[in-house]
Amino acid sequence: MHHRRILAAVAITAIVVSACSGGSSAAPTTGASQPPASQSAASQPASQAAASPSVNLPTSVGAGEGALTVLAWPGYAENGSTDPKVNWVKPFEDQTGCKTSVQVFGTSDEAFSLFTTNPDKFDVISASGDASLRLVRAGYVQPVNVDLVKNYADIFPALKDRPYNTVGGVHYGIPHGRGSNLLMWRTDVVKPDPTSWTDMFDPSKPWSGKVSVYNAPIYIADAAVVLMKTKPELNIKNPYALDDTQFQAVTDLLRQQKPMIGQYWTDYALQQQAFSKGDAVIGTTWQVITNLLQAETPPAPVKVIKPAEGATGWSDTWMINSKTKHLNCAYKWLDYIVSPSVNAQVASWFGEAPGNSKACALTPADQANCDVFYAADEAFWQNIWYWQTPEATCVDGRTDVQCKDFDAWSQAWTDIKG
Amino acid sequence: MTTGARATPTDPTPAPTGSARRRVAAALQRRPRLRLGLLLAGPAGWLVIAYLGSLAVLFLNAGWSRDPFTGLVHREWTLANFGQLVTNPIYRTVALRTVGMAIAVTVTCALLSFPVAYYMARVASPRVRGLLVVAVLMPLWSSYLIKAYSWRQILSNDGVLNWALSPLGIHGPGLNEVGLWLVLTYLWLPYMILPVFAGLERIPTSLLEASADLGGRGLMTFRRVTLPLVFPALVAGSIFTFSLTLGDYIAPSLITTTQFIGNVILANFGVPNLPLAAALSLVPLVIVTIYLLIARRLGAFEAL
Repeated sequence: MHHRRILAAVAITAIVVSACSGGSSAAPTTGASQPPASQSAASQPASQAAASPSVNLPTSVGAGEGALTVLAWPGYAENGSTDPKVNWVKPFEDQTGCKTSVQVFGTSDEAFSLFTTNPDKFDVISASGDASLRLVRAGYVQPVNVDLVKNYADIFPALKDRPYNTVGGVHYGIPHGRGSNLLMWRTDVVKPDPTSWTDMFDPSKPWSGKVSVYNAPIYIADAAVVLMKTKPELNIKNPYALDDTQFQAVTDLLRQQKPMIGQYWTDYALQQQAFSKGDAVIGTTWQVITNLLQAETPPAPVKVIKPAEGATGWSDTWMINSKTKHLNCAYKWLDYIVSPSVNAQVASWFGEAPGNSKACALTPADQANCDVFYAADEAFWQNIWYWQTPEATCVDGRTDVQCKDFDAWSQAWTDIKG
Repeated sequence: MTTGARATPTDPTPAPTGSARRRVAAALQRRPRLRLGLLLAGPAGWLVIAYLGSLAVLFLNAGWSRDPFTGLVHREWTLANFGQLVTNPIYRTVALRTVGMAIAVTVTCALLSFPVAYYMARVASPRVRGLLVVAVLMPLWSSYLIKAYSWRQILSNDGVLNWALSPLGIHGPGLNEVGLWLVLTYLWLPYMILPVFAGLERIPTSLLEASADLGGRGLMTFRRVTLPLVFPALVAGSIFTFSLTLGDYIAPSLITTTQFIGNVILANFGVPNLPLAAALSLVPLVIVTIYLLIARRLGAFEAL
């Protein structure tokens, strides 16, 4: 009997210990609501941050700390692991001595989740508009002194001072580039060549069951872009600002699409494989995936367009963790990654428009890439809706209605998938 | 082995050395229960902290609320996450679908494993039996991910299965729920075969002979003697196949576009809606607990 009592004592002690340690291990997820004093300026609501643009910015960039951890979209920080010839991380390491490790993510939500649940891990992040503002408001990224980033001066003006990278006059990062989600199809199955997203939404099409769709709540905006064209009476002005009626129509369209879907993708290698093997024949994609498919031997018979009604897209920003221990390396990375030659490499590898205006003129190939992606043609970007986080306060400026917030979007996405 | 000159292990008066180590050793010597407690403190602590502790944290997290814009957790208590599980029919649909798949996979594994295990335990020569055990264990040597990805290739449109079936003019199941059922059955089959094999091996031959002596034919012996004796082993194996299917999300996301509990948890982890993810995680936990209680009544734990 006695040793049972000892065991019970041990067990109780362990429970107490685990309860305590449980509290602290839960802290990373909850800590954001109580950020340390050093980042309190960044964690203020946007309105208050606006009142105090004189945040503590670094005034110089010193020697590198020897290490840097990068959280990036696939294709943004290539270190030779995808293709041994494609490597711009190595030259950075050689120049700065900042040993760089890279982790990639498939969706903005995954990025946000990785970044916030490991608040000390990543020094810099390439954030799209639907992650960047959340990171700023939650205090996970720090204001950036753009004067210390030499190449900032050459960034296209259209990318600067946007709501997703600048809050109340305070810059939270360096614009990197922009692109559009595209419509890709296999030419041996989908005929004639589509011109509109509607070919992905009509269940009577013979390719029903082989549609490949981006697996994130933000994809709901793609259906909203379609309805902006096909149902003008809904009066959708911005696909990220949907009131109840509009949201209902959009989710109905997605429910109608559901039986057509053969693949939900976030890992771009899996979409590549699906198109290569014929499991998917039409879908929403990124240029880089089309490029990889066309580079296969034999090349996969795929084509890609930006459909007539416009598209969702992204405008990305390199941001710095407010808790980074490698601030100098982080600043060096920001300057390096948007420098003309590196920015041009990233843009042509990933298939997007570079952010640096000087990235186009370096070589004829770079100029060709900039032409393909209309890097300097603002008219092209008029019907591209950069990803941003939906909010209850409509992001299109309407004040007479409440819009569906991101929670409602993610809940609806679970419902639509069934 | 003990010699008269040596102190016996229970000798209460050890040689006076004065060293602290000796004194501790002596103290432990006199208190066998303390000895046992210290010995078990490590593993028991690990079990309690790592397993029960993480479950407690999970349960706590399911009660937090969140900021609607950033999705980050506020430490304010709410039952909203559990409320959502109950009120939104999608979670019921997904939970029932997952349980259905787990049952289908378990039943298929049981049906497939029995002949194999029977052959191994009752028919095969020791040499062949050894080879078969290796063959059953072999798939466990390679990574789960590699197997799941390979199956994706096998089942895909231009994959080897459709190629092999094309002369017959038929198509494989493709990348859908039926394909997933095949993949999960393949993945978890060894976990069913091994307990059933062990269960069959434990049945004394004399019982089968007695049945034959009393006029029991093959089928009768199987139904009245073999099956009841091996049933606990089948249930033991089913614990593995059932719970592994219930928790899997990688194979479902690779093979199908259908959501299972694991996929919904992962999706909420991504949003991020960690409290709802935590609340959802409790669903398979409850299901498995119920399953284990039933399995215990059926005697599965004696068969493990």
